[in-house]
Amino acid sequence: MRNLFKRLLKNPGGLIGVVILIIAVIIAVAGPWLFPNSPWRMVQRPFVPPFTLAAVPLGTDALGRDVFAGLIYGARVSLLVGLVSTLVALIVGVPLGAMAGYFGGRIDDALMRFTEFFQTIPSFALAIVLVAILQPSIYSIVGAIAIVSWPPVARLVRGEVLSLRTREYVQAAIVTGQSHSWIIWREILPNALSPVIVLASLMVATAILLESSLSFLGLGDPNLISWGYMVGAGRTVIRQAWWITVFPGLAILVAVLGLNLIGEGLNDVLNPRLRKDSR
Amino acid sequence: MSDPVIPAVSIRNLKIALPPGAERAYAVDGISLDLVPGEIVCVVGESGSGKSMCAHALMGLLPDTVRTEAGSIVVEGRDLLKLDEDGWRGMRGRHIAMVFQEPMTALNPLMRIGEQITEMFEAHGLLSPSERCGKALGLIREVGLPDPERIIRAYPHQLSGGQRQRAMIAMALALEPTVLVADEPTTALDVTTQAQILKLVRDLQRRRNMAVMFITHDFGVVADIADRVVVLRHGLVVERGTVIEVLKNPQHEYTKALLAAVPSIQPPARAPLDGRAKAVEVIGLDKTYVTAGGWFRPDRKVKAADAVSFDIFQGETLGLVGESGSGKSSVARLVVRLIEADRGTVRVGDVNLTSLTGQKLREQRHRIQMIFQDPYASFNPRRKVGQIISDGPIARGLDPKLALQRARDLLALVGLHPGAIDRYPHEFSGGQRQRIGMARALALDPDVIVADEAVSALDVSVQAQVLALLEDLKTRLGLSMLFITHDLRVAAQICDRIAVMQRGVIVELKPTAELFANPEHAYTRELLSAVPGQSAPQAA
Repeated sequence: MRNLFKRLLKNPGGLIGVVILIIAVIIAVAGPWLFPNSPWRMVQRPFVPPFTLAAVPLGTDALGRDVFAGLIYGARVSLLVGLVSTLVALIVGVPLGAMAGYFGGRIDDALMRFTEFFQTIPSFALAIVLVAILQPSIYSIVGAIAIVSWPPVARLVRGEVLSLRTREYVQAAIVTGQSHSWIIWREILPNALSPVIVLASLMVATAILLESSLSFLGLGDPNLISWGYMVGAGRTVIRQAWWITVFPGLAILVAVLGLNLIGEGLNDVLNPRLRKDSR
Repeated sequence: MSDPVIPAVSIRNLKIALPPGAERAYAVDGISLDLVPGEIVCVVGESGSGKSMCAHALMGLLPDTVRTEAGSIVVEGRDLLKLDEDGWRGMRGRHIAMVFQEPMTALNPLMRIGEQITEMFEAHGLLSPSERCGKALGLIREVGLPDPERIIRAYPHQLSGGQRQRAMIAMALALEPTVLVADEPTTALDVTTQAQILKLVRDLQRRRNMAVMFITHDFGVVADIADRVVVLRHGLVVERGTVIEVLKNPQHEYTKALLAAVPSIQPPARAPLDGRAKAVEVIGLDKTYVTAGGWFRPDRKVKAADAVSFDIFQGETLGLVGESGSGKSSVARLVVRLIEADRGTVRVGDVNLTSLTGQKLREQRHRIQMIFQDPYASFNPRRKVGQIISDGPIARGLDPKLALQRARDLLALVGLHPGAIDRYPHEFSGGQRQRIGMARALALDPDVIVADEAVSALDVSVQAQVLALLEDLKTRLGLSMLFITHDLRVAAQICDRIAVMQRGVIVELKPTAELFANPEHAYTRELLSAVPGQSAPQAA
């Protein structure tokens, strides 16, 4: 695994992505110490343009709140939602996909129809409905994003397992009398991991976008400031005060770009054959 | 060596450099070789000898990672290595054509055979469409494909392996090249088909007076087809000469060793195994694979096993031979219960394996173990050798420490260093991996070993060692063995009795010596006569 990380750093895109992610994590973790003031507090008069006052370097919004502080605190929410919801989606999707692929037959049919049930509903619409029903909170947002993002994981894992379970080493494990769960966990899943890692890194980016979109629509956690909420709040005054929407928008762009670069880098590192062909 | 004929191709001091970090600096290290019209030159060597690189260099198809460092390949006064891509395009097909190893992947699955042949003319801007079609029909007829009007409209998947290879040859011949490069063209084929394709290549080469470079690892094929032989090892020519010189009177140690390693088709005398108990009893196994058809098509059914019955006595090796698709691998998997039989019983000792399920079956699986065909695919790349061998015993409840100690002992038993337990499978060669596979099978103290083409993927010298080890272990540990192979020479050397399978049915089952001396069934006779290199080396 350490070797993998080293090789990722050698990949130019991967290096940039990792740097962006590390900066974002540092900001998210250290933010409250750097800016002990709540981002909700009104610190100046409204509509201070950026780069005019040293106290509020990126200006203030319609209520006189510090845009820069909002960005710092927003990083926590975005990263937290992105990582946790991806983790939950993996916890649901990987075992389901593995079981469907390994056992096949009726179990496969049942699990895949169940997966398709989620896939047929447009994911963003489903997320909106879930958050609206459960009341907007950080938990309902993470839950809703996880629920709409596990089906692709299950599909991917199922496909990998389907091709791996006919390998001779899996047959050898069956012949030596190993149990099903042992074969799935020890023989099959470790070898199916590479594409899952790549997918997961891209899912974090998608989750951040989903959270921003929900917050933009006013379905964010009302107690936590997030980039999406800031864009949504500033959109009505975008012609007078562009900075209120542009800076959080840029933050979303950079974070998602960084995660996508990591995903692409991991893909190159884990599938060296693909990289060779594209050269 | 002073040929009066001008060579069609003359390779001089060809050096192909491998990327840094490879096992040696040069894939091909200073090879010189002439191909003369009307002659078949066989380039022989084991895997990694650089023989395929030679063929690909001649076609300008070398992978990007290697570099031709020195030398020249002169065809009709032009050095191929100095050509640009346009120059190559004019050369390929017109002057030099190639036949590949695997006809299924070398043909475009979405194009009709006729289109693929006429494409050859189209690519070089020759003839009108109707003339091309007529030519294609002529070529299909020339390579002996039945019903040319139908074949020209057929897709590759509708043809058998041998027919596809004939179609490939027709494509290669389309522009009447002076040089034909054949890279292991019969390796993927069954013996009976191989014999036909070899005869076809021989006939065409004579009729068209082509120079043929024939890459192979099989000395039987060499004996049947070659005029001259070049033996390669580690990118160097170790021996060259006419086929009679090389096969009858090899000079280099390596050639001698290679020839000695080719198993003889004469079965050695074996002690009779009378009055022994049955180790395995297989009674009436049926297995039909059903591929669901569409709404208007019936289901496709393939009988992989049809009332297959045999016994294996204690200490006996029963061979199961047949061509691809005969169902021999399915029978192996039915016997170890990797697939479920539709009907029938497999009894190992006093246990009826087919009646067990779930945990009960897992507890009895140790009695019958399997050695797999592919030394590269049969190990989990993420587990160490020690884990691979000890997993089975640990699952049966053996203490992990004891299991690892036993893995060391087993590695020593199969002739590997016990320290290998801490290494990963990819660090070993094919032959070493097959030894690890044996250790894994033996770790569970089985009564019976099923070896599914266990030596087919190995080079002939390694094959001989692994076979000897298998035989030795079997005798020492008193095992019984079901040995599945397509290679009758190997079967002759190792089996006490042989069962011949055709389309899911055992057509003949006899003691080995008797089967070879006195084959009764027509199919057995056909198989035996198709084994290459029997009349060698006088055939050349």
